Amino acid sequence: MMSADPENEILLRGGRVLDPASGLDAPADVSIEGARISRVGPNLTSADARIIDASGCWVAPGFVDLHTHLREPGQEYKEDIRTGGRSAVAGGFTSIACMANTQPVNDDPATTDFILDRARQGSPARVYPVAAATRGLEGKVMTEMSALMAAGAVAFSDDGRTIMDSGVMRLVLEYSRLVEAPVMTHAEDRRLVAGGVVNEGEVSTRLGLPGNPAIAEVTLVERDLMLAEFTGAHLHVAHVSTRGAVERIRAARDRGVHVTAEVAPHHLALTDERLLDYDTNAKVAPPLRSEDDRIACRAGLADGTLDAIATDHAPHAQHEKELDFVEAPPGMIGFETALAVVLDMVREGEISPLELIRRLTINPARILRLEAGCLAEGSLADVVVIDPSRKWHYDPAKGYSKSQNSPWAGSDLEGRVLHTLVGGVPVFDAERGVLI
Amino acid sequence: MIGRDLLGIEDLDREDIVRILDTAEHMVEIGEREVKKVPTLRGRTVVNLFFEASTRTRASFEIAGKRLSADVINFTPSASSLKKSESILDTARTLDAMDPDAVVVRHSVAGVPRRIADVLGAPVINAGDGAHEHPTQALLDALTVRQQKGRVEGLTVTIIGDILHSRVARSNIYAFRKLGAEVRLAAPPPMIPAGVECLGVKAYTSLREALDGADVVMALRIQNERLGGAYVPSIREYSATFGLDRAKLDFAKDDVIVMHPGPVNRGVELSHDLADHRPSVILDQVRNGVALRMAVLYLFAGRATTPGSREVAGGAG
Ligand SMILES: [Zn+2]
Repeated sequence: MMSADPENEILLRGGRVLDPASGLDAPADVSIEGARISRVGPNLTSADARIIDASGCWVAPGFVDLHTHLREPGQEYKEDIRTGGRSAVAGGFTSIACMANTQPVNDDPATTDFILDRARQGSPARVYPVAAATRGLEGKVMTEMSALMAAGAVAFSDDGRTIMDSGVMRLVLEYSRLVEAPVMTHAEDRRLVAGGVVNEGEVSTRLGLPGNPAIAEVTLVERDLMLAEFTGAHLHVAHVSTRGAVERIRAARDRGVHVTAEVAPHHLALTDERLLDYDTNAKVAPPLRSEDDRIACRAGLADGTLDAIATDHAPHAQHEKELDFVEAPPGMIGFETALAVVLDMVREGEISPLELIRRLTINPARILRLEAGCLAEGSLADVVVIDPSRKWHYDPAKGYSKSQNSPWAGSDLEGRVLHTLVGGVPVFDAERGVLI
Repeated sequence: MIGRDLLGIEDLDREDIVRILDTAEHMVEIGEREVKKVPTLRGRTVVNLFFEASTRTRASFEIAGKRLSADVINFTPSASSLKKSESILDTARTLDAMDPDAVVVRHSVAGVPRRIADVLGAPVINAGDGAHEHPTQALLDALTVRQQKGRVEGLTVTIIGDILHSRVARSNIYAFRKLGAEVRLAAPPPMIPAGVECLGVKAYTSLREALDGADVVMALRIQNERLGGAYVPSIREYSATFGLDRAKLDFAKDDVIVMHPGPVNRGVELSHDLADHRPSVILDQVRNGVALRMAVLYLFAGRATTPGSREVAGGAG
């Protein structure tokens, strides 16, 4: 993250403070001195603090995103660490983990260093690199995990290049215990995916596009759960999209497997029916699934089986999304729409505000063992002020990402971040935009 | 009301289909005249935009356009520098600047005609997109059945073969269902798409059951790359189980007709004698192809294209 000098004292006044780590959900003021939170309580006063009016709003820890693609180094025409970080704070994300599928791949400490250096120069959000689990994402030879951890990596993943060799996956999980970092799995059996680009079912049949069956995810989730159980490692399942995966993660956790899991806003909100007009902006991997899968993912998030919400922010240029549906790359941008999209679960009574915020903050922070995601006195002053009922129109051309590949382009959304602070520094407000 | 584009049979209603078939009957008459050319589309430009090679379908559209006196331009991106990495919408925008009166699109991936139609001012006619739709093929098939049987309603139509990868199957399912026929599918299980019952059909793995009492049997072309272990173990196994010959045809009605979208893999989908003789109507299908495409060009490219007509006409779906 860019370092800017924090103001002396900031007072967030009159909001509803949601701090899942302590269970606090009450009207309170939050006082920030320097980079840290100094006090949380009712009716705080200060002679010379800058006041931010939070009345009618929620005050919560800054969000933590486990799964993003910032494209730097190598594909800066899609995004870079600066623009990705700006888009993140505009969506309330103050800590973001970026996947290793850059060019070159983040599989050695020099690249990890480079990413962190770029983040220091230009990103208003804290950036945490996820290093590759295997060299070149080739699924063959493990990366130097302890050297990568020393350089600042927080987890290991080959993400979209699923490790298909079960023997290699076993070694990666076993070795990860040395560095006590999670291994994040993008669980899709490539041979069952077999070139499928939309969920296999009635929609793929009507569209005449190759289907990607739910079983491609479920079988690999089950394999990785068994390997995690066998090795005792921490497995993190990325972007769960199917009922079968939710059920198997729930069962594994019940028998003591060290597993955590994330779900993306698009899998909570959209189904494969969204693709009936062949909109490549809604092409994503794993694909948008059936209504039954969507319901299961929402229930899994509500009951805690799925620990965290992660955007899988994946920018692609317009000319790439204008290729035919098979050739167009999968992925969608997600920082700036995530909150509004997931707030739907609060509006529908499926989850409380405090529990929703938990899945955006302290839960993902704990998965990556980050100092983030809480509002306790003395903790880092990464804070968001949210108006959960603010209605707004989303135009990605007016957003901060370099790319515009969003399925919500042109949509009316409800719920917006009004202020984002990182380390006590206001980095975004809804009136003026990104501030640094 | 027929929409601006012809992207698929799914978008049409029964009246649209009947109107196209009735128009095609007139075009059949023109094809029987000594001078087969009429001035209907004089001064209009039809572009054949074929990203995927298809000599037959392209020739059929070309002849149809020329018989209506249209200028027909063949634009074949796959043969030029426009390889995979070029935005299909860029191609469409380039074409749009040339102001054609209709664009006939064929692409190996489903959905491309639909997305081109989204940016193009001119009507788009889908000449086959991936495994999605091939509406003019289904319409000429329906025309052929109507000529042979005098009706479509109440008939039983059995489609045999690689339904999963077949745009012809999907378009024919929509067309025959909308015209009131019962449609049955017969294929090895890996070639039956997931949830295909949502299209209002029943899928059979027993060819005998699927043929029982059928009025029309349509064999689909099997692509070579789907054989030899990919979807079925071998050509021999496929032709033994799902290849049509006179013995298997005994399960169907006595007056059954046999159709095939061509080109036939003789001895695979159809036995040699079935491919050439009654009850096969394959050559009637080919003949109807030109008349049907004349009807489609007349109905879709013959409209006055004034600026803003796109909004008035509305999308086809
Ligand atoms: Zn992934």
